[in-house]
Amino acid sequence: MDGIDFELYRGEAFGFLGPNGAGKSSTMRMIGCVSPPTSGELRILGKDPVKDGSAIRARLGVVPQEDTLDVELTVGENLLVYGRYFGLPRRVIRERTAALLDFVQLTDRAKDKVDPLSGGLRRRLTIARSLINEPEILILDEPTTGLDPQARHVVWDRLFRLKQRGVTLILTTHYMDEAEQLCDRLVVMDHGRFAAEGSPRDLIGRYCSPEVLELRFDPDMHTTAADKLKDFSSAERSEVLADRILLYVSDGDAALTAVRAAGLEPLTSLVRRGTLEDVFLRLTGRRLED
Amino acid sequence: MQMSVRAFRCWLTAYRRIWRSSIWSSVFGPLFYLSAMGLGLGTLVNSHGTASLGGVSYLDFVAPAILASGAMNTAMAEASYPVFGSIKWNKIYYAAQATPLRPADIYRGHLMFMAMRLIMNTALVTVFMWAFGAVRSAWVVLAWPVAVLTGLAFAAPIAAWAITVTTETSFTYIFRFALMPLMLFSGTFFPLSQLPGWLRGIAYATPLWHGVALCRALSLGHADLLGALGHVAYLAVLAAIGIWAGARTYQRRLYV
Repeated sequence: MDGIDFELYRGEAFGFLGPNGAGKSSTMRMIGCVSPPTSGELRILGKDPVKDGSAIRARLGVVPQEDTLDVELTVGENLLVYGRYFGLPRRVIRERTAALLDFVQLTDRAKDKVDPLSGGLRRRLTIARSLINEPEILILDEPTTGLDPQARHVVWDRLFRLKQRGVTLILTTHYMDEAEQLCDRLVVMDHGRFAAEGSPRDLIGRYCSPEVLELRFDPDMHTTAADKLKDFSSAERSEVLADRILLYVSDGDAALTAVRAAGLEPLTSLVRRGTLEDVFLRLTGRRLED
Repeated sequence: MQMSVRAFRCWLTAYRRIWRSSIWSSVFGPLFYLSAMGLGLGTLVNSHGTASLGGVSYLDFVAPAILASGAMNTAMAEASYPVFGSIKWNKIYYAAQATPLRPADIYRGHLMFMAMRLIMNTALVTVFMWAFGAVRSAWVVLAWPVAVLTGLAFAAPIAAWAITVTTETSFTYIFRFALMPLMLFSGTFFPLSQLPGWLRGIAYATPLWHGVALCRALSLGHADLLGALGHVAYLAVLAAIGIWAGARTYQRRLYV
């Protein structure tokens, strides 16, 4: 981590985006008070995580990237054990377990062992577990990675409801649609630094055009077309990929007409809205990194 | 302390699910040992005279050693794979870490559970010793806590070390090159007087010998206060070093 600086406000959803190895999980661990910052100042809920880690963690909920459920135990027992860690009395845990399992739609699985549960069910159980202490801040490290679309939508729906109840959400994700759905504000991280910060709308406005025209040419034509379109006058910016050419424009259809007028006939063309994914790729590059 | 108890109670909840399967090895292990060593081998030994055993039957001689070495084996079983698995397999240490529990609480809570398992297993063996007629003194009731302490002298440092282990093969080495020789050469199955002098010196320095010697002295009814205190002190220091180290190794492993 290198010189990151941010403030969170109560009740907002704040996202950390970035490629693998950008430092998202390390930041999450620091906020979760299980990793001491080597330098700089970190305050969580107004307290010092090194001195008051235990007291801060009592007010946090954590949904880790990898499930840490005890698969030998039942769904209900997992909540019991976890509630015990927070020193909650059995009666309170029982009441909250009923409400939380209802919230994540797992009530009918309460007595089942965790072992045979699918990834989506486990995630929901992990979310329920993280809420047993009624946390003020919920930390989610890639909450929907590896889930099927149905399960992702259920998780998003639950997280959105939590936000509406005033729980502060801090999450990391690779999924731009997830960030757009959930985050009020987000930062794009790369190499342990913040590459950009703002609301999803705001970032798209700043780093991308309203529309994107994607053109695919006959392979023989690709280089010729790329030369002509590299500095195309009606595009804010253009990007030549191995198989496609992207034009960042304010009006996609008008740009397509201009391309045709310039004597270029694409095999396929697609006009779409500028997205957070465009912002992300612009800021962190298209290269694969380990 | 209160935080450690929270961690301990969670181990109890989990144990409630599996105690049935674990109880069988706790019961049959010592039963097999007492039958094979005490009755089987014992008949052979007794027929050759037991002067070098101090005049007691081989069963009387070996039973308290089975108690102490059994505690060592329980300690190894509870402090090796379960600790390793808690960060590698089911990751329940990581779950606990996200709560108010600190790494030291997680360690101490787990150690309390190991102590409970030691208390259970050694109690069983003590009862079996009595049932086999292998007890010569009422002082044997003190051999029980001494066996628990012997177990802790192993469990505390082994758990402190197990959290730092990266591959499970390390445990196989400890079994083969530490626990096996201790089991064989700590005056367990034969008196140390049978060993050459230099080997005897090494045996006196090992923790299992102190556990075996004191359990035996209590069970046979010839313990003396000073010797007993020496053995207890040795074992307690070892357990204390383990507890001191465990808080640190757990901190280093979990809080990074």
